[in-house]
Amino acid sequence: MFRNQYDTDVTTWSPTGRLFQVEYAMEAVKQGSAAIGLRSRSHVVLACVNKAQSELSSHQRKIFKVDDHIGVAIAGLTADGRVLSRYMRSESINHSFTYESPLPVGRLVVRLADKAQVCTQWSWKRPYGVGLLVGGLDESGAHLYYNCPSGNYFEYQAFAIGSRSQAAKTYLERRFENFKESSREELIKDAILAIRETLQGETLKSSLCTVSVLGVDEPFHFLDQESIQKVIDTFEKVPEDEEDNAGEAEIGAVAPAEQGGSGDQDLAPMEM
Amino acid sequence: MTFTIPIDNGDAVKNAEADSQRTLYPYVTGTSIVAIKYKDGVLMASDMGGSYGSTLRYKNIERMKAIGKHSLLGASGEISDFQEILRYLDELILNDNMWDDGNSLGPKEVHNYLTRVMYNRRNKFNPLWNTLVLGGVKNGESYLGMVSMIGVSFEDNHVATGFGNHLARPILRDEWHADLSFEEGVKLLEKCMRVLLYRDRSAINKFQRRSLKKALQSLSHTP
Repeated sequence: MFRNQYDTDVTTWSPTGRLFQVEYAMEAVKQGSAAIGLRSRSHVVLACVNKAQSELSSHQRKIFKVDDHIGVAIAGLTADGRVLSRYMRSESINHSFTYESPLPVGRLVVRLADKAQVCTQWSWKRPYGVGLLVGGLDESGAHLYYNCPSGNYFEYQAFAIGSRSQAAKTYLERRFENFKESSREELIKDAILAIRETLQGETLKSSLCTVSVLGVDEPFHFLDQESIQKVIDTFEKVPEDEEDNAGEAEIGAVAPAEQGGSGDQDLAPMEM
Repeated sequence: MTFTIPIDNGDAVKNAEADSQRTLYPYVTGTSIVAIKYKDGVLMASDMGGSYGSTLRYKNIERMKAIGKHSLLGASGEISDFQEILRYLDELILNDNMWDDGNSLGPKEVHNYLTRVMYNRRNKFNPLWNTLVLGGVKNGESYLGMVSMIGVSFEDNHVATGFGNHLARPILRDEWHADLSFEEGVKLLEKCMRVLLYRDRSAINKFQRRSLKKALQSLSHTP
């Protein structure tokens, strides 16, 4: 889209009824590296592509644990994403403290959306430049939501955001009808396959992606490199070597199990 | 010329007159509540009296109320504070219902909310002068807990407040067991209420019973 005289202020409407600043914020989301979420009745998988500033630096964290039962993957301005994750963690923990029970993810998402909406209505603020894929549990099972900078939120069976996400979305559209009944393992495999679509030709290695799982009996945690590589090996003809992993910090994730790891520390793979 | 000035007594800790704005003694009080878990849910019983000191002044006070779809709250102690708590819970449940999203506050959540309220008031030296019993059923699981005016909170299979702790709980400790049927539970509570009527000077001979069943989630009461 091109510049026009109605796009300087978030509080200026265009004659066609659009708020350009908000739409530009949504463009920022499209610039970020891909993030994917999918859910079954009982599990949610969030996955993302690891993008690093340069070969020398580590990659940016794009998936955050909000609580044992809620995780979020972001695309766009990661600084905004970090701040919003902190807000989500705060809301979740306050609820847990008062009610000794997990905050239903649907309610968290509404609060997040309301927070984003505020930034679209005050001239001294700007919209958050980050799209959030929020996966979590509530009484009715597993849910996946997408919060966008406009303050809207939608519930999805599966979704992808960020650059080259269209390829992933096409893949997911073909398969999503099965997801509801998918097993945990099938869901993880579908997530990694969707990630592969966004790489468009680049060979898929476990170092290139981060995958996280949460479920009804499984607290949020990241999958370790080996588990991801194992899944990749089931469909990639040539198993890739793992030398990239040597340079990365240890992974703090518990291996996936039916009941999930307790005391699981929030360490993303390759976190510095 | 007379006019009233709103009294800002300031810090209650430093200023003696500020005491007039915090609870020092209870005035109209309810006596014991007794509650048990039984096979299909929870049972709670109380009398319907409100005493003004040693006078048995009010004879028709309901000291147990339903909270949302899943819980029962019973209170002993200052009746006006109980009514205040009901107002807080009313707002809480209303906001919960307004979400209309299939999630609802269960007895555990309400119990913890009340614990926070009671404890915070105690910290400000302005307690809600009640001992509360919170029972309920959600998703097939029964819950029974208690919060005191100083914020002490716990769960158990049978609880009682006030004199009930001294007179009723020994009976319950001997005779309560898991898988009590409804009739057995009622009989057990009646036994406790009878002892309380004999021995507690603030008890009156008019009773209220509430129950929450796992299956139907319905409330029943007999005055």
